[in-house]
Amino acid sequence: MTAGRPIEGGRRLPLHWVGVLPFMVYVGLFLILPTVIVGIGAFLDKNGNVTLSNFGMLSQPYVVRSFVQSVFLSVVSALVGAFAGAVFAYAVVTGNPDGFLRRIVTSASGVLAQFGGVTLAFAFIATIALDGFVTVWLRDRGINIYPGQIWLFDLPGLVLVYTYFQIPLMVLVFLPALDGIRPQWREATESLGGGSWHYWRYVAGPLLAPAFLGATLLLFANSFSAYATANALINQGSPLVTLLIGGLLQSEVGLSDPGQAKVLALGMIVIVSIVMTSYALLQRRTSRWLQ
Amino acid sequence: MRRTKRLKLQVFRAVVFVVFGAFFLVPILAMFEFSTRGRGISAPRTLAAWQSIITYPDLVGAIIASLELAAITAAGMLLLLLPTMIWTRLRLPRLTRAIEFICLLPLTIPAIVLIVGLFPMYGWLANNFSDSILTLAFSYVILVLPYAYRSLDAGLSAIDVKTLSEAARSLGAGWPTVILRVIVPNISTALLNAMLLSVALVLGEYTFANLLAYLNLQVAVAQLGRANAGVSIAVAVASLLFAFVLLMVISIAGRRRQASLTVAGTDPQYLTAGQRT
Repeated sequence: MTAGRPIEGGRRLPLHWVGVLPFMVYVGLFLILPTVIVGIGAFLDKNGNVTLSNFGMLSQPYVVRSFVQSVFLSVVSALVGAFAGAVFAYAVVTGNPDGFLRRIVTSASGVLAQFGGVTLAFAFIATIALDGFVTVWLRDRGINIYPGQIWLFDLPGLVLVYTYFQIPLMVLVFLPALDGIRPQWREATESLGGGSWHYWRYVAGPLLAPAFLGATLLLFANSFSAYATANALINQGSPLVTLLIGGLLQSEVGLSDPGQAKVLALGMIVIVSIVMTSYALLQRRTSRWLQ
Repeated sequence: MRRTKRLKLQVFRAVVFVVFGAFFLVPILAMFEFSTRGRGISAPRTLAAWQSIITYPDLVGAIIASLELAAITAAGMLLLLLPTMIWTRLRLPRLTRAIEFICLLPLTIPAIVLIVGLFPMYGWLANNFSDSILTLAFSYVILVLPYAYRSLDAGLSAIDVKTLSEAARSLGAGWPTVILRVIVPNISTALLNAMLLSVALVLGEYTFANLLAYLNLQVAVAQLGRANAGVSIAVAVASLLFAFVLLMVISIAGRRRQASLTVAGTDPQYLTAGQRT
């Protein structure tokens, strides 16, 4: 064995790289290649010639509207999720760190943050659709939650349904940041004569701000990319970009002109990359403080 | 002063837990309630919807397909990721950041974008090799990469991979022995975590299967929802409970492992934290 060493040493470098080759090939095939297909396909017409004509689609009113509505839905659900999730996380973090409550909240958040799609849509249909549990309960007490139209199957409904997975995601992301806040800092503020307001305004607030902002961006990207829940809940029209893309993949129009779906997908990549890059920068700033 | 503050905090926490608890529990309970409704206004509660699950052959087939996909994905993920991660730790530490970046990419690239690119690839795959639903496992491995990477990384960081493998190698062990009999037993909790997370994710997957026109559990539930809401909601509740049980298993297994480590006084996180302060 030891005698073989010198010979082995000569070809060490190439052998090392072979070790990660299967992983790289696999990821190249099923992650990088699809992304490249989208990136290149956006610039090809039906016959495979290079063109920019696909991008003309981005000025169509219904496409613009779907982007605007997607961004709007994502902003609102990210803000609601971030604030509510932060309050919830604070209530959790002020309790026993090894307690039963904290463990159940973290486990439940792990499940619920991933909980989307059909099941989630059904849960809300069973709860607040026309003959849902809560609707009926309130109706028996004289409260009608649908005075006008049935908003559950439209954008307002999506905001409500999305908060159901946004809040748990916020709890998961924000808990570590809250854990980094030391009780000594509060005591230091108090010994210097500061009250609750001073503590939040000048100590905890600025320290948590990057983490909070970063988490909000993550929530934005999360809701912007969501397809399954919206698809299961909305039956008519394609008010969101993801639904528009899904519709193109399943329709004759989209299949005969695959460039369309790719342009929309490329648009999504651009928006999500901007958001996620900002998130990564904020994350770096956060980790400097909260170790 | 201090006492009223304490009390205020307790009241705040109680209110928050009740409000959020209601927001998260009511929809799930409503699904139970919905799935046990009888026909007609004053009909008694019935489990008919739950019992009739097995009478839908499409649904049963989809459940089996999803379970198979979950098993294949979990196994494929381990086979692909574990040797790579151990190898980079031992021989190519420079690549660690690159591997991490790649593994976390699927969190950034929206699933719907990936599917636009995978669509022609699956078309080609179906024409030239197989159109079996199990081919979905190829892309599911990609989807579970971020979660699997994180838990495996936590496991591998907690042990000294280099010393362990060098010790084993110097005693004459080959690479398969090093991985299977030295490293794997030491990171069993992390392996369990990674596999259970993968299973939970695959069982809940809808986007890929739906757009590639395969009938997995979630797609079948969605289709059934249009015909018989009660049954499909019953299945939805069941799959949610299953995922929750999986996650509880992780949490309990993780806690036991941590406890034993701390008792032995070898918890590396504890040691490094002590050194830093």
